[in-house]
Amino acid sequence: MTGLLTFIIVIFVAVAIWQMVKIFDLSQVGKTDDGSIATDKDNRINGYLMMGFLVFIYAITIISFYYLGDLPLIGNSASEHGADVDSLMIISMIVIFTTQIFTQFLLHYFAFKYRGEKGKKALFYADNNTLEAVWTFIPVVVLSGLIIYGLFTWTDIMNVDTSEEDPMVVELYAQQFNWKARYAGEDNVLGLANVRLIDIDKANILGLDEADPNAQDDIITTELHLPVGKPVLFKMRSQDVLHSAYMPHFRAQMNCVPGMITQFSFTPTVTTEEMRQNPDIVEKVANINAIRKENSEEIIEKGQEVFYEFDYLLLCNKICGKSHYNMQMKIIVETQEEYDAWIKEQKLFKNSLVQAE
Amino acid sequence: MSAHSAAVTQEHEDDHAHGHHHKETFVTKYIFSQDHKMIAKQYLITGVFVMGIIGILMSLLMRMQIAWPEKPNVLFEALLGKWAPDGVMDADIYLALVTIHGTLMVFFVLTAGLSGTFSNLLIPLQIGARDMASGFLNMVSYWLFFLSCVIMISSFFVEFGPAAAGWTVYPPLSALPMAQPGSGMGMTLWLVSMAIFIASSLLGSLNYIVTVINLRTKGMSMTRLPLTIWAFFVTAIIGVISFPVLLSAALLLIMDRSFGTSFFLSDIFIQGEVLHYQGGSPVLYEHLFWFLGHPEVYIVLLPALGITSEIIATNARKPIFGYRAMVMSILAIAFLSTIVWGHHMFISGMNPFLGSVFTFTTLLIAIPSGVKAFNYITTLWKGNLQMNPAMLFSIGLVSTFITGGLTGIILGDSALDINVHDTYFVVAHFHLVMGISALYGVFAGVYHWFPKMFGRMMNKNLGYLHFWITAIAAYGVFFPMHFIGMAGLPRRYYTNSNFPLFDDTTNTQAVITMFALVGGLIQLVFLYNFFYSIYYGKKAVQNPWKSNTLEWTTPVKHLHGNWPGKIPFVYRWPYDYSKPGHELDFVPQNVPLKEDEEELQH
Repeated sequence: MTGLLTFIIVIFVAVAIWQMVKIFDLSQVGKTDDGSIATDKDNRINGYLMMGFLVFIYAITIISFYYLGDLPLIGNSASEHGADVDSLMIISMIVIFTTQIFTQFLLHYFAFKYRGEKGKKALFYADNNTLEAVWTFIPVVVLSGLIIYGLFTWTDIMNVDTSEEDPMVVELYAQQFNWKARYAGEDNVLGLANVRLIDIDKANILGLDEADPNAQDDIITTELHLPVGKPVLFKMRSQDVLHSAYMPHFRAQMNCVPGMITQFSFTPTVTTEEMRQNPDIVEKVANINAIRKENSEEIIEKGQEVFYEFDYLLLCNKICGKSHYNMQMKIIVETQEEYDAWIKEQKLFKNSLVQAE
Repeated sequence: MSAHSAAVTQEHEDDHAHGHHHKETFVTKYIFSQDHKMIAKQYLITGVFVMGIIGILMSLLMRMQIAWPEKPNVLFEALLGKWAPDGVMDADIYLALVTIHGTLMVFFVLTAGLSGTFSNLLIPLQIGARDMASGFLNMVSYWLFFLSCVIMISSFFVEFGPAAAGWTVYPPLSALPMAQPGSGMGMTLWLVSMAIFIASSLLGSLNYIVTVINLRTKGMSMTRLPLTIWAFFVTAIIGVISFPVLLSAALLLIMDRSFGTSFFLSDIFIQGEVLHYQGGSPVLYEHLFWFLGHPEVYIVLLPALGITSEIIATNARKPIFGYRAMVMSILAIAFLSTIVWGHHMFISGMNPFLGSVFTFTTLLIAIPSGVKAFNYITTLWKGNLQMNPAMLFSIGLVSTFITGGLTGIILGDSALDINVHDTYFVVAHFHLVMGISALYGVFAGVYHWFPKMFGRMMNKNLGYLHFWITAIAAYGVFFPMHFIGMAGLPRRYYTNSNFPLFDDTTNTQAVITMFALVGGLIQLVFLYNFFYSIYYGKKAVQNPWKSNTLEWTTPVKHLHGNWPGKIPFVYRWPYDYSKPGHELDFVPQNVPLKEDEEELQH
């Protein structure tokens, strides 16, 4: 790879030098051109290049959509509020791309159309209040719409109504460089906890208050299982530095801040099994597997499985140190029955403690 | 032109102080110079060239690691030494590169390098002053900047490497040496360097403000100021308002690190022990940091917009469209920029209601920004565009400003930010809108004012080559990056191949890196053109771009005090290009109005 890289660099440098030499040659022609101030010829060439660049911008847009259009996480959200976020995203994108295509056209087309020529005089046109009012007013209207829609969506997502919905409470606990989940157990109340109560010898790794009755039935796991269709209220905690609990497929993210408890709530709507059947995901996974098959030697060397099967992931998305890039936890969304069966197998906190000597 | 300018050198009363020459030694002329033109050049060389080259080189190293993760590379081995055992980049040094690249580019290149160079060069020349209000403070400002550069770079040579907590250096990661190696000596140096940098920046800014307010020549009312000066002036005001807040954050962080206070730290268990910190909050740090951090974006961008306003008008041979609206937009952007910092913190754990407020204020910024973009475009309409390299970079800036600015509508919207926060989408957005755009501003400024700075011309053909390849590479790097960001790919990951979820983004990463390498290499052409032209460029004439502003009424050869005789008076705004009733297509500011000529402008 290094060889290839060096080769590419050498090629580009060579091309650059060749171009430079050629341009030097060209710049020697014509006496009026002193090589420093644009002439009519320069204006013409660069005017055409402006149109070429406009085509390039459109082309890179189209190419990106063609080759990378399947990447963005739009549609196929796995949470209730995800659909709202996605439609807001689509509307914003339509606004953005319309403006982009229109304004870039004007900019580059004018740069081409009004390229300078000797003897031509520009129009002395310094001001027009109507025009300026128009392009102040249009963004105001469009943005008002976006702001109002965005604020409603945001408030919906962030306001947790515990009295009506009775969400299941789960703690996400971050440390360099892994995640733990703590389920509140039968009583759906998390026991009190503080890092000062961590007692490694007794295996009290999250610092639960051993005397708190609410803590007794808490369950600490290294995989996040969620029953489908049930609202979950996540309480985030970090023991060392800032982390961020990022669950891209659920359109969910919240920082984990040492010294305070943050929260985020959503309702998962698609089980892992169902998501694996989703045609888009099937295609995506097939694509990834094809890539992995090609590089299988390397992947095996690194000790990873070559075959990839889709899973939801919880990623750390706030720089947290050396292994930040590998701080993740598997999320499994399943039916209530599957979830009940799984949670039954996990150890309650009171049973997980090791008795100190 | 000559008919004009001859008529112009008017009487001026207060010139006695500048007639006599001081004896200048090498040291007072080139090193401890108090002349604003020399200080501008010092900023240009230190800020833009030295720090810029280091900063861009770092980004290329990162890009190579991302595209070909954990592959040995001769460049890594050569440049990173012990941090790239067998040529494989270490994960800690990757984060250090991320951090120092961000710090260098944002603060040293695009704040000090951009403002330092062009505010110093242009404020006295364009308002008709002999020098800055305080030449001495100006010199101190530069040397403090130089000192902070030296300290920042020296952090690469301490045992555990430079700061590696990201350019925002959020505690506790930045506060605890046990959290990562870079948070030891490296972070101390980072904080010391930044504290000195802030002192330098404040001295500079105060000087700019005082100079613009007090030293304008007769007739140079505020509404006759070139837009460059408006931009530099307002930028300096934002700097004075917001940089002290960063200083307080840095000081409190230094205390948390060195004296055991708990401003930003609480309840921490790390490496098997509980630390004593209690009651502090990292969220407080985030507020303090972004209270500077967001205005900082505009500290970087406004000077670039000012520079391009001037260059576009000159090269379009047309008045800038909507001068008053442009000034109002600058003021509106400056005001709004101080009340939007919370949009960096939607998911920091702060009250969601605050998120709503900051969404509202943030999206408002789109309005003055939109006005500026449309005014630029209208300025081109029916112009007589002279496609000099500076003009190309200015048009390029408007293009990337639009492309990058539009995605701000997504990121500024708290509901949408949830899923793209801290992904490559953010990286793509801010690199286009402030990184590339501001760099284009720097390039435009260098090409345009090179004759003023060095008395020679740069080669335009190399300039064209430089622009077109840079422009293609910039879009090639940052356009596809939005897509991998929307795939949910977090930024600041040392490698994305440790689990399979993002395997379908690897090829795109490689393509992006190719574009980045081409974009980086083509800067060599600019370097060559710049340094070659200093010595061997074609000799410049006094007003090569046929521009209206006062700096072009000074002789090509620099002299202390700028004008050999009296300071010129100003009779009109700087944008009388192609004005009906005049023979030439430009009328410099120091040309009196003709009888019965209206000062129709704005």
